[in-house]
Amino acid sequence: MATPTLEKTDKAEAGFADTPYITATFRIRRFNPEVSDEVQWQDFEISIDPKERVLDALHKIKWELDGTLTFRRSCAHGICGSDAMRINGKNRLACKTLIKDINPEKPITVEAIKGLTVLKDLVVDMDPFFQAYRDVMPFLITKGNEPTRERLQSAEDRERFDDTTKCILCAACTSSCPVFWNDGQYFGPAAIVNAHRFIFDSRDEGGEQRLEILNDRDGVWRCRTTFNCTDACPRGIEVTKAIQEVKRALITRRF
Amino acid sequence: MSSETSSPAIGDVEGVSLYDVDNPAPVIEPPRKRTGKTPKGSRTNFEMYAWLFMRLSGIVLVVLVIGHLLIQLVLDGGVSKIGFAFVAGRWASPFWQVWDLAMLWLAMLHGANGLRTVINDYAERDNTRFWLKMLLYTATVFTVLLGTLVIFTFDPNIR
Repeated sequence: MATPTLEKTDKAEAGFADTPYITATFRIRRFNPEVSDEVQWQDFEISIDPKERVLDALHKIKWELDGTLTFRRSCAHGICGSDAMRINGKNRLACKTLIKDINPEKPITVEAIKGLTVLKDLVVDMDPFFQAYRDVMPFLITKGNEPTRERLQSAEDRERFDDTTKCILCAACTSSCPVFWNDGQYFGPAAIVNAHRFIFDSRDEGGEQRLEILNDRDGVWRCRTTFNCTDACPRGIEVTKAIQEVKRALITRRF
Repeated sequence: MSSETSSPAIGDVEGVSLYDVDNPAPVIEPPRKRTGKTPKGSRTNFEMYAWLFMRLSGIVLVVLVIGHLLIQLVLDGGVSKIGFAFVAGRWASPFWQVWDLAMLWLAMLHGANGLRTVINDYAERDNTRFWLKMLLYTATVFTVLLGTLVIFTFDPNIR
């Protein structure tokens, strides 16, 4: 116990000796319809600790350099799913991406997620995304009378859909999907993940309805298994696997 | 703290901007975005069968096409042996007739379904989609029927 603690203190002291700050360039895609219809990449050079997150850098820019920079963030700790953005060409949560992990030697590009209307800077119109979410009926559907006690479920039954309960609806997966970019009518990975969460819930009885919805022209059969969604998910959900499980359920239901 | 902006602020590019708070610039909407009015599904299993067909025909086609290429281009003298007599000799056997017929139908439908997917993905306007698909279906039906006709009515004694 004592030895590692000692070593840690040594390291911390060494860190304080020379400044941890580095100079990093943030190249941000700006769009303000009240000023221009043109999109512009703007560079901000700031000195920041690389152990901080991209969100901290955005805060620093907004609070100290340019107050017009607009982005969404709520909890700032990877739970609310507000600050999904395209950082260095990959969809991530700004609040979970450390600057040291994305090579601060080169300019770090930050832009809005793709496939949705950009309203200002990094803020997009999420309505189509949530419409797809609504359309898969992401709520418990049951028949008959309500039980007087809670609806019980075994640990194995809970495990069946555990992965898809982690979704925070940040839209990182849906806005990384090339099918969704080309056709916004496609439900998108996030809606399918949230349908999966109820289809495989032993307490739910609306699975048939949801499968019917996802069997549609814009449903799971449009998935091209490119795995962009799985790569993008900040919660590590195996999104493509969930989509494949819905496909399998549709086929085994039929044959 | 060292800080600088390397490019000018938005709107300063051409002096006076056309847009202001009361008259904002138009935003770029994604193609065919989902709204509450998006029509609900057709409730058929067509897409599922199309998806299954792609997988199953793909497996069969691997065997058919590799076998076809080997026989036509590699084994027994390669491409130089192919002539009218070679084709006539092969089509005398019902086995090769069925082989070629299966390859024609599976490859054409497999390719057509793939292109249908590409059109569904990339054609933005409903009209464009419709006419591209009509063109595709016409070409597919024509090729499949013509090929089938030739396989079944092939006459080795034609002059």
